[in-house]
Order: sequence, then structure tokens, then C-alpha cells
Amino acid sequence: MLSRDIVIIGAGPAGLAASIEAGKAGADVLVADLNMKPGGQLFKQIHKFFGSSEHHSGTRGTDIGIRLLKEAENAGVEIWLRSAVIGIFPGNKVAIRKDLGDGKTELITLLAKKIIMATGASENVVRFKGWTSPGVMGAGAAQTMVNVNHVKPGKKIVMVGSGNVGLIVSYQLMQAGCEVVAVVEAAPGIGGYAVHAAKICRAGVPIYTKHTVVEAVTDEDGCVKEVVIAEVDGKFNPVAGTEKRLEADTVTIAAGLKPVVELPRLLNCDFSYHGLFGGWIPLHNKNMETSVAGIYVAGDSTGVEEANTALEEGRIAGIAAAESLGLIPADRADARKKEIWGRLESLRMGPFGEKRLKGKEAILKEYKERIGLPSVR
Amino acid sequence: MSEYFSDDMLVCRCEEITAGEIKRAIAEGARDVTGVKRRVRAGMGLCQGRTCEKLVQQILCAELGLAPDSVGHSSARPPVRPLTFGELAEGVVE
Repeated sequence: MLSRDIVIIGAGPAGLAASIEAGKAGADVLVADLNMKPGGQLFKQIHKFFGSSEHHSGTRGTDIGIRLLKEAENAGVEIWLRSAVIGIFPGNKVAIRKDLGDGKTELITLLAKKIIMATGASENVVRFKGWTSPGVMGAGAAQTMVNVNHVKPGKKIVMVGSGNVGLIVSYQLMQAGCEVVAVVEAAPGIGGYAVHAAKICRAGVPIYTKHTVVEAVTDEDGCVKEVVIAEVDGKFNPVAGTEKRLEADTVTIAAGLKPVVELPRLLNCDFSYHGLFGGWIPLHNKNMETSVAGIYVAGDSTGVEEANTALEEGRIAGIAAAESLGLIPADRADARKKEIWGRLESLRMGPFGEKRLKGKEAILKEYKERIGLPSVR
Repeated sequence: MSEYFSDDMLVCRCEEITAGEIKRAIAEGARDVTGVKRRVRAGMGLCQGRTCEKLVQQILCAELGLAPDSVGHSSARPPVRPLTFGELAEGVVE
């Protein structure tokens, strides 16, 4: 049977960073990703990142993606694209539908000494009348359309959700030539950074807080032609008589993300529910190792955060996996991991970050109390 | 405003299951995502609950007055991504 030291699932920031660290340590690394291109969501992040210089402040996501790919190549990492991991079976057998080009595929099982799951997150939907109509889509999907495929998702857009995704994607849709009719937010305040909100406010886009979409009205072809929004009460229920009708052909939903966790479920990893991080997440320790020995997680799939935190978690997982294979001496690995945990702490600061810092500390504590040490299953 | 949340609204678009069918499943005794899935197939389609899992959880929470962590979650079985019969029939390279 084919084998690799480390198989990484997902070539986003977490998976790539893990592959770079493990590859540099001399591990034989394979990254499998079901998308056409590596980089996860990085290549649609055309805006500049915030933070300190060691966290790529002022650098665009696309440029970070290019840099990571170059580093992965230099570290000798093998990447299989359009290749889905369809299961992981006892004895660390990873089943992959490998793309062979020309529409041909083959199923391969591969023995992995260590596995790092960096499968990211998927978009939440919001239910309203007409939510399954053509023209209603995730904000992430709309962002892919304008920034990667250079296709406008529609002409007149209503954005649901004013978190950073909703605000940034609204602005990028406007840059692409779409009209953003309104941003609708159920909470009493704007969710994302003021700097992003200010950009679209200056352009004259109204942000309706304490409002929700109640209906996407469709034309004779079933396509969205009008969007009905209404005020919500303290329990987020729409209030009768407060409806506003907006002319629009597209609704983009930025209502948060949830971790993609089928693989850790298959492996019976221990989970915990954390609403702050998007729902159910596989628990991990300071090595990013799950409750199952030799199985690691990193990035959004173990708590939705951002590209920079995913990248740092990936580095830790890559170092820890290589260390457990004897490729990095313990003292050097410990020093590096400590340094990265310090950087993660600085990323999880400020009014938005602090909750996540406490949340991640709670996850580590829960791991210690419930699991202690990872076990072979 | 209940006219906006009618029971004929689709929740699981893969299997075309409505909110009303899910509420009926709960009335018949479903207490978690798996219970709903077994009764009415919500979450059993192509996306395996990726889209509707949260909506089903929200309906369970609302109907039963439970917290999000007490209404379960989608279970996972291989293949976790869609495969064609042709791909399966070709066999596995080891």
C-alpha cells in the first residue's frame, strides 16, 4: 500500500502552513484538496490584512497564498488538487478520490503515519420565504464569483449580515460594479470592524440593524426580483407592519460559518459545542492533536476564526506531527510551538479577539479534563 | 408574521423536505437531528446535511425549547464526499 509520513486534508492556510513545517522537517507530506486551486479562501481575499507585521498586516490574502505555495513547493510538499478525501479507515488508511485529469479519477487508499485535518468551514444559511430561489446565495459564494471567476452574481444585491464577511464582501461587490442595495443585520449593532462598515456607509449603502429578510419575491421565471425586510423584536421575530420592499435580484447571506467536521466524526474524535466558534468542534490539545493519537486538526475546522489564526494553528500541527515522527528534537519543537502560541495570543486580543482567546483556553482546559492524553482507537 | 414562516417552506433542499414535515417528525417523537433524518430524510441527500443541519437544529430548539448543544448533529459515514457508481465500480488502488 502507498504510504506517506503525513497526509494533510485541505490546502487552505492551515493545511499549507502545516505542510510547510512538516516538509521542512523532512517529512514525506501529501496534501489533498478537493478544489481546483490550492489556497483555500486566501485567493479571494483581495483586501489587505490587519495585525502586526509578523501577521502579514498590509498584505493581501492572495499574496499570502502565493507565498505559502512557494514555501510548500520549496519544502517538497506534494499537493493533489480536485482530489477529495472520502473517508479515513482504521489503521490510518486515507481513501482519496484522486483526479487524474481529463475527467478521469481513481480511488486510492494510502497509509498515513499522521493525519492533519484542515478542512475549513462552510457557510450558514438563513431560512426565509424564497430562500431556495436562484439569486439567493452565500456571501462567500458571491465573493468567489467576483474575485476569482470575475462574474457578477447579480446587479442589485441585499447583503444579510454585517459581520466582517458581510461588510468586506459588500465592498468588493461594489468594486466589481454591483449595486449593494442594503446590508441587513438582525442584531442591534453592526457586527464587523468599524473601518469596513465606514467604507460602505460612505458610499451611501444603508445598514439596517434590528432587521431581517422575510421574503425573496420571485418573478415568473422564479428569479429574485424584490426583497422584503422587516424589523425584529428582542427575540429576533419579525414585527408585522414594519416591512420594507427593496428592489433587488440577489440576496447574499453572511450569517456565519460552521466547521466542516465529517472526518473527525468518522474517527470518533471527542467533540465539544462552542457557539462562538461556529458549533461542534473536535477538541484538541496544545499540539493541535485530537483525542485520537496521531490525528491533528487546525484552522476553521476546529473553530471558525480567520486566516492568520488558521495559519498559526497549522504550523503547530505540522511541527507537532513531525516531532512525533522523531523529525524534530523535542526541545526545538517546544520552543517553536511556544513562540507560535505567543503569536496566537497576540492575534486573539482586542474586543473581538479576547472572547476567542478565552474560548480557546476553555477548549484546551476541557481537553485536559475530559481526555488528558490522546489514545489509539 | 407567521405568513413568512409557513410550514410549506423548504428546509432540506436535496430531499425536498419542508418545515412542516420536520415539525411533524418532532411531534412524532424526534428529539435530535438523527431522529428527524430517520423519519423524513432531511439531511440524507447529496450534501449530507451540510446546508440544512443548522436549520433542522434551529427548528428542534424552537419546538422543544432546547439549547443548540442538546439537539444533536449530522452523523458522518464514508464516502463523505459524493462518488459516482462508476468510480466505486473501478475499485480501489492500494
